[in-house]
Amino acid sequence: MLSIENLHVSVGDNEILKGINLQVNPGEVHAIMGPNGSGKSTLSHVLAGRSGYDIKAGSILYQGRDLSEMEPEERAREGIFLAFQYPVEIPGVSNIYLLKAALNSIRKHQGLDELDAMDFLSMVKTKTKLVEMDEKFLYRAVNEGFSGGEKKRNEILQMAVLEPRLAILDETDSGLDIDALKIVSEGVNALRSEKRSFVLVTHYQRLLDYIKPDFVHVLVDGNIVKTGDAQLALELEEKGYGWVGQSDVVEV
Amino acid sequence: MVTQPVENNGYYASQYEALVACLPGSDLPWLRQKRDEALASFSASGFPSPREEEWRYTNVSAIERRLFSPAPGKPGKIERGKLDAIILRDAYALVFVDGIYSDEFSSTGGLPDGVLACSIKHAMTADGERVKSWLGAGVEHERNGFISFNTAFFSDGAYIYIPSDIEVERPIQLIYVTTQNDSLACTRNLVVADSGAQAVIVETHLGLDELSYLSASVSEVFVGENSIVKWNKLQCESDRGFHFGGVYASQQSYGRFEHNNYSFGGLLVRNEVHVELAYASECNLDGLFLATGRQHVDNHTRVNHIRPKGISRETYKGILDRRAKGVFQGRIVVAEDAQKTDSAMKNRNLLLSSDAEIDTKPQLEIYADDVKCAHGVTVGELDEDAIFFLQTRGIDPVTAKNMLTFAFANEMVERISIPCLRSLVQTHLLNRFPQTNIRTEWL
Repeated sequence: MLSIENLHVSVGDNEILKGINLQVNPGEVHAIMGPNGSGKSTLSHVLAGRSGYDIKAGSILYQGRDLSEMEPEERAREGIFLAFQYPVEIPGVSNIYLLKAALNSIRKHQGLDELDAMDFLSMVKTKTKLVEMDEKFLYRAVNEGFSGGEKKRNEILQMAVLEPRLAILDETDSGLDIDALKIVSEGVNALRSEKRSFVLVTHYQRLLDYIKPDFVHVLVDGNIVKTGDAQLALELEEKGYGWVGQSDVVEV
Repeated sequence: MVTQPVENNGYYASQYEALVACLPGSDLPWLRQKRDEALASFSASGFPSPREEEWRYTNVSAIERRLFSPAPGKPGKIERGKLDAIILRDAYALVFVDGIYSDEFSSTGGLPDGVLACSIKHAMTADGERVKSWLGAGVEHERNGFISFNTAFFSDGAYIYIPSDIEVERPIQLIYVTTQNDSLACTRNLVVADSGAQAVIVETHLGLDELSYLSASVSEVFVGENSIVKWNKLQCESDRGFHFGGVYASQQSYGRFEHNNYSFGGLLVRNEVHVELAYASECNLDGLFLATGRQHVDNHTRVNHIRPKGISRETYKGILDRRAKGVFQGRIVVAEDAQKTDSAMKNRNLLLSSDAEIDTKPQLEIYADDVKCAHGVTVGELDEDAIFFLQTRGIDPVTAKNMLTFAFANEMVERISIPCLRSLVQTHLLNRFPQTNIRTEWL
């Protein structure tokens, strides 16, 4: 599904990613962990197509296509979803309007008809239950006046409605209390399927108590220095990032 | 089109001489005197000049260079269907075509007892004493050249009188349609709400096709003690039309005046809203103005707190695209006697192009010492993060920008409490975003 080879990315003169390799197959959940400033968020932004990042070397293939050739909206229509670390507030645009506009643009791209109003509404209402969100939130402006937890749940709601093939969650756990973390995780778990892959970018191990990853990658200073299974996250929790970081420095 | 580079005052003076006998109230000496004085004042000073502080950002020489033809008694023809675009369902309507009251299109049946809603020409005989005592009492014609011009030339207008403690539940819509090129439509409106009366007024301006004309409208509003007047203005002049529209409201104690100003059309537009507050009276001024191409829209508001405990709120939003120019001048004056005044003013502007311009000038003049006054101004562009966010949800950047622009504007529209008016304003707002695929049924 996603194949990253020797990816080097710079912002201005500053090289942030220094040769990343990552293979994500359908149905897999990959966690990318690392300390602050290791390049985790850069990776998720590059995958979603944010401007301001220069790909200096390497390639990203998504379903066999060169991702760097695709505009952000085309990536979204082809099934890539980014849940933002800091969800954007959009006064004046209601949640329901956003969901309708987004879903219909994706359906149009896939050659499907627009959902009729009744079907759309009942589908969205079902999904709000998944993230334990009051239906009233649908009619409020996107994220305006939402608490941190409500904003993150709203991201998961969008994901649930848009049903992506590849979901990238950028520090979705940051700023969440334990109840919100559970709700968000259950939302993600409910969406796991054989065809859908996840990349979870996180600083802390605790998200992985709720969402069990197939692979854990440790990103330090722009490189994946260690890859393992869920067990690796627990070791990191115990020993800290210094442990893998050191070994990497020695290898180089 | 007649173009004259120099003085037009002589032209209008001779037009006045020829026409004054056909203007409404020509047989009323007091009105004839008012008109004569106003013309003299206009002949002396002409249209306002950017040298005047209140007109610093708006140059009306494009109006000065033109010679518009006042044509009282000769309204153009219009099909009823053309009005469908702006007429409110479930409202009383007073319709003026090219500045002349149209009996055919107006409908005022079923008004509560004692309420008058008619042409001012008719009111001069039907309610002559009131017209005489109120006309010109809300704004002196010397305040600016357009007001003296309007006072001299007004060919008709609306007259509304609501007796004490009467609530007119359905909105009263005033519709001004201009149908002739190079024409002049001067209308003068008088609205008097006695103590405890309540009314909703919807002032609507529509210009047909690509006509070029001058529409100059002056409204005087008297809000009695405990009375509530909610005034909405929807300005959809043609893209080549010139518009001057002033609303001058005087409030009594405990009264409330609201003015919601949606200004979308016109090539050169000046909206004035001046309000005088009394003891413990309230006013709320909202505005949304859009301009693109070479449009110029000037919003001039003045809130005078004369007596204590007045509350005023003001929020104006502007969207300027391409080479358009917008002006917001908001002046709040708190007199020495107006202690415990509570006043707040906000102006937010969105510039969609590097050639667009906004001049914004909030002014507070405070002569009392125990008051609460706040003001804030922002000028910005669309939020890049929000555009990227929408792209990651599958929405192309052009649509995303339109959505965000519409959202910025729609915040003001959503405040309209009357559903049919809200959807009317929304429709005209969407018409101003021709490329957008925003759909009303999604809102």
